[in-house]
Amino acid sequence: MRFLRQVIAIIQKDLAAELRTKENLSAMVVFALLVLVIFNFAFELQGVDITAIGSGVLWVAFTFSGILGLGRSFAAEKDKGSLEGVLLSPVDRGAIFLGKAASNFIFISVMEAVTLPLFAVLNNIAPPWFPLIPYIVLGTIGFAAVGTLLSAIAASTKMREVMLPILLFPVSVPLLMAGVNLTKGALQGRTFADVANWFNILLAYDVVFVVVAFWVFEYVVEE
Amino acid sequence: MSDARITVEKLDKQFGARWALRGVTFNVAPGEIVALVGPNGAGKTTLLRIIATLTRANAGRIAIGGAPLAQHADAVRAAIGFVGHQTFMYDDLTAEENLRFYARLYDLPSVSERVREVAQRVGVANRLDDVTRTLSRGLQQRLTLARLLLHEPAVLLLDEPYTGLDKIAADMLDQILLQAKREGRAVLFSTHDLERGLAICDRAIIMKAGRVVHDLPHSEWKNLAGFMEIYAGVLA
Repeated sequence: MRFLRQVIAIIQKDLAAELRTKENLSAMVVFALLVLVIFNFAFELQGVDITAIGSGVLWVAFTFSGILGLGRSFAAEKDKGSLEGVLLSPVDRGAIFLGKAASNFIFISVMEAVTLPLFAVLNNIAPPWFPLIPYIVLGTIGFAAVGTLLSAIAASTKMREVMLPILLFPVSVPLLMAGVNLTKGALQGRTFADVANWFNILLAYDVVFVVVAFWVFEYVVEE
Repeated sequence: MSDARITVEKLDKQFGARWALRGVTFNVAPGEIVALVGPNGAGKTTLLRIIATLTRANAGRIAIGGAPLAQHADAVRAAIGFVGHQTFMYDDLTAEENLRFYARLYDLPSVSERVREVAQRVGVANRLDDVTRTLSRGLQQRLTLARLLLHEPAVLLLDEPYTGLDKIAADMLDQILLQAKREGRAVLFSTHDLERGLAICDRAIIMKAGRVVHDLPHSEWKNLAGFMEIYAGVLA
């Protein structure tokens, strides 16, 4: 229970700080919307079927604006040495990881919740919310978990803003491939059986990377 | 962890090719205040950070209350309060939210009461609703002291704690440290403010180039001038 209380304390701290400034969320949402608008112009010009490539557009918006939020996640902790304050306390390092990953998941999900309806409006489509939302949630879990770990690594480097995407994109390739194909399947109305392999890949990615990130986080944040 | 003794044995720390600490050995007994003094780069901050579990030593042993740091890191962390060069506070949270957050990390009962109590003690009770970024450097340092006292640590480690404090706040810090001494806590702090630091300490450890060169009980110097004579000899 103590572990859970500490995880919740970290989540509530992040939410309270973000609700006060709204800097992170507003940047993420605006960036995602800009990506959608730019892609929308580009694809209209070329007359491309949006259900075929819309999933790619969505995941580009999700990942690029997600990285904005992830980049700030540990940068903010480092600015005033707050992370050291947390590390000084008798908190399981896994609890810190889960708290930060959950906060990042919430921020990215809020951005996605704004982006997705706008995507539907801009492209004049009625996406099947089920199973689209579970697919996106599953992808976001893995992205937030890996992103949180790599954000902690990048925050310790001099070029943290550059380092995070360089580290995160290669590691996210399986997740992005699965996410894009699942989303594409949903937009094109394909059955679950058609995309089951991608679903399994995404599920396995989430399990493996959440567990690995949980265990190695201690070595990342401690000197 | 009721025993507040700090034991440091043959501590070594290397940053690249440079030795930050070489064979540092000393003890701080419960109810004792020890000042770490020395020129810049002597290794004071590194030593305090290693005891606080923020930096790992290359060799040596540290124990708090008999519990080796390497094997009982969480118990040691629960027993330690540390004030460093940074405030460890979140700028976008209010003073109260910051203290409540740390109180929850230490899993303290009666969080609200405890936060009010320590805020009162360091004189920030009337600023608890203020966002931390709007507080002056001195008030943020007071808030840091409130965080230090939250979990009533058996061992207090302070790195240049007088920095940014006005005279009233510095006097208040002296009282906090003397109160900790009366309560049997061990206090180890570094300072360049020799006049103030030496006035309240029981012992002074002089460090130079990563080594302890003198470990002097208060009885070995009569006044500040007497200490400065010894100190000048070390720096020469």
